[in-house]
Amino acid sequence: MLTPKRTQTFIRSYPLFSGLVLLYALISFLYHLDWLNSYHIQLVMLVGINIVMTVSLGLINGFTGQFSIGHAGFMAVGAYTSVGMTTLLLQSPGGHLGYLVFFPATLIGGIFAAATGFLIGLPTLRLGGDYLAIVTMAFAEVIRTIIRVSEPMGGPRGIGGIPDYTNLTIVFIFAITSVWLMRNFILSTYGRASKAIRDNEIAAEIMGVNTTRQKVLVFTLGAFFAGCCGSLYAHVLQYIHPDNFTFMKSLEYLIYLYIGGSSSISGAIVGATIFTFLPELFRRFSSWRMVIYSLTLILVMLFRPEGIVGNREWRPLVSRRRRT
Amino acid sequence: MDYLLQQLLNGIQLGTVYALIALGYTMVYGIIRLINFAHADIFMIGVYTSFFTATWKKIPFPVVIIISMAVCAALGVLMELLAYRPLRHKPRLSALITALGVSLFLENFAALPFIFGPEYRNFPELIRMKRYVLWEAHDLAVSNIFLLNLGIVAVLLLGLFYLIHKTMIGKQMRAVSYDKVTASLLGIHVDRVVSFTFLLGGALAGASGMLYGLTYRSIQSPYLGIWPGWKAFIAAVIGGIGSIPGAVLGSYLMGISEVYANSIDSTLGFGMAFVILIIVLIVRPRGLLGEKIQEKI
Amino acid sequence: MATVGLAPEANMNLLEIRNMDHYFGGLRAIHRFSIAIEPKEIVGLIGPNGAGKTTIFNLITGFYRPTVGEILFDGLPIHGKRPFVITQAGISRTFQNIRLFGEMTVLENIKVAHHHTRQYGLFSALLSSRRFWKCEEEIENHCLELLSMFGLRERAHERADSLPYGDQRRLEIARALATNPRLLLLDEPAAGMNPREAESLLDTIHELRDQFDLTILLIEHQMRVVMGVCERIKVLDFGETIAEGTPDQIQKNEQVIRAYLGEEAIR
Repeated sequence: MLTPKRTQTFIRSYPLFSGLVLLYALISFLYHLDWLNSYHIQLVMLVGINIVMTVSLGLINGFTGQFSIGHAGFMAVGAYTSVGMTTLLLQSPGGHLGYLVFFPATLIGGIFAAATGFLIGLPTLRLGGDYLAIVTMAFAEVIRTIIRVSEPMGGPRGIGGIPDYTNLTIVFIFAITSVWLMRNFILSTYGRASKAIRDNEIAAEIMGVNTTRQKVLVFTLGAFFAGCCGSLYAHVLQYIHPDNFTFMKSLEYLIYLYIGGSSSISGAIVGATIFTFLPELFRRFSSWRMVIYSLTLILVMLFRPEGIVGNREWRPLVSRRRRT
Repeated sequence: MDYLLQQLLNGIQLGTVYALIALGYTMVYGIIRLINFAHADIFMIGVYTSFFTATWKKIPFPVVIIISMAVCAALGVLMELLAYRPLRHKPRLSALITALGVSLFLENFAALPFIFGPEYRNFPELIRMKRYVLWEAHDLAVSNIFLLNLGIVAVLLLGLFYLIHKTMIGKQMRAVSYDKVTASLLGIHVDRVVSFTFLLGGALAGASGMLYGLTYRSIQSPYLGIWPGWKAFIAAVIGGIGSIPGAVLGSYLMGISEVYANSIDSTLGFGMAFVILIIVLIVRPRGLLGEKIQEKI
Repeated sequence: MATVGLAPEANMNLLEIRNMDHYFGGLRAIHRFSIAIEPKEIVGLIGPNGAGKTTIFNLITGFYRPTVGEILFDGLPIHGKRPFVITQAGISRTFQNIRLFGEMTVLENIKVAHHHTRQYGLFSALLSSRRFWKCEEEIENHCLELLSMFGLRERAHERADSLPYGDQRRLEIARALATNPRLLLLDEPAAGMNPREAESLLDTIHELRDQFDLTILLIEHQMRVVMGVCERIKVLDFGETIAEGTPDQIQKNEQVIRAYLGEEAIR
């Protein structure tokens, strides 16, 4: 039974989870009261997706010290893969039946993105240095080219009529699960191996870490989450186009990450949240948006390179509950 | 056959634009191991500077190119001073992100309506185009602008080689790129050498911007630097980052292969660059003319 | 490993390097280097700056590949293998210029050594399974124990780059031991230490050898340390071996005194 006392204990031992449930309930409630309209809800969903995108990029750039600048490319792979299944291949079975396709499609989108990440990462990460930057950026552009020339994938016109499978509940569950999984990764020996590579690759190697394999693993994992995000994103917008996934899109995630704090999950979350909401408040100055973003990025790098949040983590996010 | 030959000339033309940009990337990388993402936007500023000076008054062509080179050189030096120098002893990634930030800033600031504005512009016809037939049977011709391009590049490259191999500052540049610490112990003013490198890179990008406007006669938007910039950077990597002859070789390779790929399908140009890049990285990671660097442990 | 006297083979060497050459570009850094180290020996490698001592460490640990020659560890060839493979085979080292994981805690620095021996897979880690917690706890206890031995336990949760210099050196040795090596390579362990600290380092090195059944090869400039701790010394100059022997023999060797120590006598 859910007695007040039990609820109290539960909240005390899982403060973060309880808070998120409360937040979810609040947003749904406000939506029912018509205080929030569907546009607001869409914005909240984008925040959730952007958080996962940014945290997964942080896994590669912040925690492992690599420099991937084409994260939107993996998002595109995931989006087009899953849309191919839900919209093009199966003509979207209506109602709840559609979710039977959508969930596996999202997962497959993630796996496809992970596979491309693996293929890109294998020859590139072996080299170290700045090669990853050039290759990821070029790769993201090549993906767009491929989409643009292939007629079955909508070509330059894009694909419309995508069912709106993504909803608030799904985004909440997806974002919480993804961030939780990535948090666990960081707290495990894999995370420590990553940070060791970031801090001193030569010493990491001498501690018995297969640095190439670890880098490829992290890169693949990051690509997986980006692919899943792509699927959700496509089913929010209901219309995708190669230009949804430009270099600028990748840059936006880099900005969220580095302003928030690259070596911190909390930082990535803060960055993604603030910078998804912010432009909506200043719509009238939209041409100034990137000017302000880039200037902020430069200033943060010059005066606080560890980002707003820094290298810290918000305690409840990383506190470990010991099982006995 | 005729068509292929003509395309080869077009490829060389494009390679020329890339080469001048790629040199800036490769020199800066050689000296401070930084991918100066904003270099592409210095090129863009070069295009706009030439545009405004050329349309403002009837300024003769040689003056336009000198003004463009001077403005870009100054911008390069300023950029290094304000954004990169304070980060020289911080983790390398910070400088790299800053470079991305500077690049984004320049593009978007230039796109503001009261600066350059985002709209398309036509570059004025500074020199009346003439065609010289080279080979009548095959309908192969070159334009005076093409020849001018080649001439300017040749002059600039010779000048650069002279500067790097024969002058004091050139020797200092090579010393700094080889070992910064030892160079400074030998009394070389490292900061000054780095500034000079940005000055050189900026000037070359300015010249490239001028030639780009002169040749292609269109200015798409302040974002026009992104793609030539990236391709030039990839060209520098293919040629061997840090190597000056490598950057030139890579650029011509890139220009020619891109023109051929585009003649098959206009969207294939960049894909081609990517394929070449991946092949080079797998087969010869240090690039075609790059030297193998053994990391100090 | 078989105990001394029982093994049937004549070859008892833990590490054996035969006729190794190494070139940087066209420059010869190491010329016909050979060495054989028996289990539990402490061997010193000395020579003037630029003699190629650290290069030999880099060759043994797989950062460089010898141009000519072979390196056998426990009878098996290891030259040309990647560094992490060599570490996993049982060789560990410290660096002349300390290479800690600066932004990680002292404890985490040690824990990295347990990455390749982890007892849980990727999915256990992602899902934070029961097995994961159990293994993590074991790793933690093991690492804390090691830290206590080096007197670093109180600092376990501080950032590694916030430690004072001496502690950083000790942490690096502790970290090297965490990989459970049989051969430990120490690159100037006493660098930057005062005589008293160096003295206590001598004791530590002896203790480590006995406690962990270690074989130790060390590079050192402080003669007091080298002569005090090493059973055998090899002297390098310009990549070539110019002398080899016990500390006494080396101290009397004229070639060494001339090439390396100059006119200064060893006190």
